[in-house]
Amino acid sequence: MATPEVELKRLGSEYAEKYGFRDPEQYVFKARKGLDREVVEQISWIKNEPDWMREFRLKALEYFLRRPMPTWGADLSELNFDEIVYYIKPTERQGSSWDELPEHIRRTFDRLGIPEAERKFLAGVGAQYESEVVYHSLREELKRLGVIFVDMDTAVREYPDLVKQYFGTIVPPNDNKFAALNSAVWSGGSFVYVPEGVRVEVPLQAYFRINAENVGQFERTLIIVEPGAYVHYVEGCTAPIYSAASLHSAVVEIIVKEGARCRYTTIQNWSKNVYNLVTKRAAAYRDATMEWVDGNLGSKVTMKYPAVWLMEPGARGEVLSVAFAGDGQHQDAGGKMVHVAPYTSSQIISKSISKGTGRASYRGLVKVHRGAHHVRANVVCDALLLDEQSRTDTYPYMEIEEEQVSIGHEATVSKVAEEQLFYLQSRGLTEAEAMSMIVNGFIEPITKELPLEYAVELNRLIALEMEGSVG
Amino acid sequence: MAEHTPLFMIENLHAGIEGKEILRGVNLVIERGEIHALMGPNGSGKSTLAYVIAGHPNYEVYEGRILYKGENVLELPPDERARMGMFLAFQYPTAIPGVTMANFLRLAVNSVRKARYGEDKALTPREFRRLLREKLEMLRMDETFASRYLNEGFSGGEKKRAEILQMAMLEPEFAVLDETDSGLDIDALRTVADGVNQLFNSNMALLVITHYQRILNYIRPHYVHVMLDGKIAVSGGPELAEELEEKGYDWVKTQYAEAAS
Ligand SMILES: Nc1ncnc2c1ncn2[C@@H]1O[C@H](COP(=O)(O)OP(=O)(O)OP(=O)(O)O)[C@@H](O)[C@H]1O
Ligand SMILES: [Mg+2]
Repeated sequence: MATPEVELKRLGSEYAEKYGFRDPEQYVFKARKGLDREVVEQISWIKNEPDWMREFRLKALEYFLRRPMPTWGADLSELNFDEIVYYIKPTERQGSSWDELPEHIRRTFDRLGIPEAERKFLAGVGAQYESEVVYHSLREELKRLGVIFVDMDTAVREYPDLVKQYFGTIVPPNDNKFAALNSAVWSGGSFVYVPEGVRVEVPLQAYFRINAENVGQFERTLIIVEPGAYVHYVEGCTAPIYSAASLHSAVVEIIVKEGARCRYTTIQNWSKNVYNLVTKRAAAYRDATMEWVDGNLGSKVTMKYPAVWLMEPGARGEVLSVAFAGDGQHQDAGGKMVHVAPYTSSQIISKSISKGTGRASYRGLVKVHRGAHHVRANVVCDALLLDEQSRTDTYPYMEIEEEQVSIGHEATVSKVAEEQLFYLQSRGLTEAEAMSMIVNGFIEPITKELPLEYAVELNRLIALEMEGSVG
Repeated sequence: MAEHTPLFMIENLHAGIEGKEILRGVNLVIERGEIHALMGPNGSGKSTLAYVIAGHPNYEVYEGRILYKGENVLELPPDERARMGMFLAFQYPTAIPGVTMANFLRLAVNSVRKARYGEDKALTPREFRRLLREKLEMLRMDETFASRYLNEGFSGGEKKRAEILQMAMLEPEFAVLDETDSGLDIDALRTVADGVNQLFNSNMALLVITHYQRILNYIRPHYVHVMLDGKIAVSGGPELAEELEEKGYDWVKTQYAEAAS
């Protein structure tokens, strides 16, 4: 873990200054508010899509309109679908060097440190601004090995067979209301293909930025990891602070084939007016490993439960989830493990922190299908409350249809002990520094799994949440 | 004659917890270059005094002042006191899971250094590592302590050593050691006492809380005080500690009762 004091001290500023800044709204095309058949057709037309994709979208729109709002989870009553703009095209074309981008967009990503991170420790970068991916890169040597890392729209055009084979198979359009919404209006996101036996040792990163007010971002990501291959995909996101709600509703589908491994890391840092309603699911085949590392710090409301379907013996799934719910936030997060085959194993480790009026809920499912014997599953959820007001709940669902299984479940709720705060303060740490140190210690079992840069980032974001909030 | 300001001074301190008065009029003056020992039976209020000096938020002060370098520190939060050069080695140090000793100490040392010596006096990572290695060696602690979580799973004796390690890193001008000797084996006691002696200098002062004469053979106090029932009942030179070891607290209690009546 890295929490050097420089990191803490650099945090003179709040979210507003670091991430919450906004550019003037400049775009090539902006759809009108609201969602109907016409808007969906317009999106498809602008993208010049094949018929099958337009049909897919329109079918999905029907599902979306038919399905009721979920009545469980977080409160979505203030989310007004008619007030949202579903598509904004920010630039005429995508750049493969940062210089090709319009000045204001380039400055934004500069300020967010993306080009710098790309130079230092990434194998490839995709940068999405509003509805479209405006920049994409992948190291030459990976291209030569047959690795594909492009935005989803490009993939539809250039790799139609691969896309057609897998798109919507892991998360069908009618899976849930928000998966249906995404399927209807999706735009941007990543397509990753790692050929058999290829190990992408440094992470690929996508960064998602919303700039305009009252908009929705609906990226769509599909990752295919062929037998014996490995990839680590990382996503980050931020937005300016507005009083009106924005909506982010992504779908991520991952296929991890025999003996392959995929790790998907999210550092979600939306501004506190964003509804973040995301469906993420992976299918892991024989001896494959799928790991979700899910950090949720931002947003007004998050509902997200990364899932792994363990399809064949030897498959392994893991969710490491960190949620931080500050004032006014509700993080409803967790994970799902569906054991379809025998001899599969899974682990969910969830660490949540609630502060002030924040509420962190763990919601998880472990399902073992009949016939999936010799399954091992373990769920650990720890909640940390920072004050008297904050709140946490756990909803650990278990559906076990097989007897020869080993299922473990532990849950703890603790408060930051006054003695710990006093101890650290008596060594010269301010209350805020002491608080972030305790919180960073609490999530250390997860940050230690991250590459150093992201561990530092996560700790820094938590310190930021702590600033100006104590005392 | 110019007014002389002692390094540390307690005036008529009344303090307690949840409305229950524990300290009932403590007076104490400590000059630079002095080591004071504070003894007294269990429950007499020694740790309470240590906590009030350090600024534990749960303790209430009803009356009196604590002056450090002439400034009343009672209104200051604990971290400011630490950044002014005060230090408490805890009787029962708290564990902080997931936070390594090195990460914690780096933040602490640099906060304190910047406050006391100036913004540009923070240690670079390399300087910090060197200092830490040096101090670990002085206290005969294994280097692996740097990467262990703060006090987590430390044995009783390791916790006490770790407290003195922190003191060594933070270089306080006024330190209270609350029963640092208890829980240490004979060799460890010697190592820790040697360490404290190396750290001690004529510009600083120590208040050593203990039940035993033994540590005072290594860390030689200039003054010994005995606390009874929330007050300093008797003060004397180092011979007082020896007398106590021989005669027990009942002897002080009778003496004190006689003097009071
Ligand atoms: N948090 C608390 N709540 C209630 N009573 C307390 C609290 N802390 C201390 N006390 C009481 O105050 C009195 C003094 O306690 P203190 O810990 O200061 O004694 P001590 O002299 O350090 O004893 P020892 O030699 O056993 O360490 C005791 O009666 C103790 O029970
Ligand atoms: Mg005590």
